[in-house]
Amino acid sequence: MSMRAAPIGLALLALLLVLLPFITPAYFLHLLIQALLWGFIYTAWALMGRFGLVSLGHGAFMGIGAYVPALLWNYQGLTPWIGIPLGVALAVLLALAIGYPCFKLKVVGHYFALVTLALGQVVLLSIVAGRDVTGGSLGMTQKTVGHSWYALQFPQKGYFYAIALVVWVGGLVVWQSIEGGMRRDALEAISEDEEAAAALGIDVLREKLRVTVISAALTALGGGIFGQYLMYLNPETVSGIAVSLQIVFAAIAGGMYSLLGPSCGAVFTLALTEGLRVWFGTSFIGAANTIYGILLILFVIFMPRGIAGLIERAAGWRARLNAAALDRA
Amino acid sequence: MDIYLLEAVINGLLLGGVLALLALGLNLIFGVIDVVWIAYADLVMCGMYVVYWLHAGYGWPLPLAFFIAILTVAGLGVLVHLLIIAPILGSAPINQLLATGGLLYFLQSFATLLFGTEFRNIGVRLPIIELGDLFISFSRLIAFCVALVGAVALYLFLKRTYVGTAIRAIAQDRDVMGLMGVDQRTIYIATSAIGGALAGLGACLLALQYDVHPFIGNTFGPLVFMICVLGGLGNMIGGFIASFIISQIISIGGYYASTEWAYVLAFMLFIVLMFICPRGILAR
Repeated sequence: MSMRAAPIGLALLALLLVLLPFITPAYFLHLLIQALLWGFIYTAWALMGRFGLVSLGHGAFMGIGAYVPALLWNYQGLTPWIGIPLGVALAVLLALAIGYPCFKLKVVGHYFALVTLALGQVVLLSIVAGRDVTGGSLGMTQKTVGHSWYALQFPQKGYFYAIALVVWVGGLVVWQSIEGGMRRDALEAISEDEEAAAALGIDVLREKLRVTVISAALTALGGGIFGQYLMYLNPETVSGIAVSLQIVFAAIAGGMYSLLGPSCGAVFTLALTEGLRVWFGTSFIGAANTIYGILLILFVIFMPRGIAGLIERAAGWRARLNAAALDRA
Repeated sequence: MDIYLLEAVINGLLLGGVLALLALGLNLIFGVIDVVWIAYADLVMCGMYVVYWLHAGYGWPLPLAFFIAILTVAGLGVLVHLLIIAPILGSAPINQLLATGGLLYFLQSFATLLFGTEFRNIGVRLPIIELGDLFISFSRLIAFCVALVGAVALYLFLKRTYVGTAIRAIAQDRDVMGLMGVDQRTIYIATSAIGGALAGLGACLLALQYDVHPFIGNTFGPLVFMICVLGGLGNMIGGFIASFIISQIISIGGYYASTEWAYVLAFMLFIVLMFICPRGILAR
């Protein structure tokens, strides 16, 4: 794409995204909303993952983000407009409580992954154990009041599409601001060699904490909106090891080093599960995840940069071919 | 002492045996190949299905079903190494962890595909031992004893045999052992097979106590990782002690509150201990 065509292409894409809810059937709108929200959460995870901070516990942040506003709404009648920020704040506190000692004591790699895995289990099991309040493994539903901005409940999917779109674009903006700034170089230096980065005068602890807190906050926000959209929370579907791994793998499959990579992962995994579900019917539960599992292994082995990485490489070849053609001319 | 508390302590001790066995297997792979098999507990799940399938499905005698299950899971361990770990041995350790995470998805959903999500029982009912007012599950007692025998056998193997010595040496210094003429690949395959066999043995012991379902790995898999790390990666004795600490916390905690809160406590303790002694509880 030449420099002049890029803005036009982006504008067309934006127009398409805005018009979509008016032209698609409800089922596709449902898929789109999910793709946007998951894409947002995967992007949030990749903010950490791409700098070598592989968290296997993002289900913890998502679970807190989803459960805090729902509980406050059901028991206190507190609007999600306050509940969601409170959930985000709690997730940030948790991220600080885990991140600070981890980074201070240089818990990295395997060890960091396992500490976050334990964190995910702590939140999941706390939700299950607090069954008197949270409904435990049976899950909980928010009290419905029909169409209401105050309760952030909309029977029509179009509203959630708009919200999901705004949030998703916001996530991309955050990614881009980290990617474009000085921080990126600092974080990349840290992920390659912490000691050397520290020797260069980079405040390793601070940089890692910052990106962890941002990632946790965005994940909790995504969880909160997901909860409002689904109107049913279950510890297994919004928290826990299964969700944590889903986040990790979709982000990797999509490509955690590119702006749109995690979103690609969201579209890819949704298309795969839905496609296989339609293809096989419901008699083959597990078929989709079986293929998904194999694909993940292949992705990690053969293309660690994911789908987006593949596209970028193809684009890179074409650009080089074009450049070569220009040279010859 | 309260009789129920005593029962909880004994049950914790017995649970610790099987956890220790699994932790040993994972620790061996951790220490030697430097890879975290996130899907380790799901290999156990596969073994449990083999036992169920052969014994309950085809009516094979239990010992034979156990034997085949151990062989199968050992074979699976070798396959995991050859197909998934070996191609990416050179890349970042976290990639290897993630690749076995893909395996976790695959195994869980493949089991769902084959067997559905129902809970399956192998249909063996062992008696319950009564000691005065104490009730002890016989299957747990067997599991504990066999796990101990397995652990001792592994210890002797590592100490007394040539392959065992080579495995321990590689765990200590990967590069030098290559120079000393030890074939790293063979040792890795042997380690994966032993790790798999231990998972298979664990599967047999767990099949006696629990119903098998595709997601059973999620219930004790994270626990086994915690135990390995608490004991210090590659530190067998540390892992052994850690498994009894963790199982006691779960058992006694479950007695005073609910099982879930006991698990929460165990995981929180793990996180805190990681900060206090990141190299494991036995680190000097």
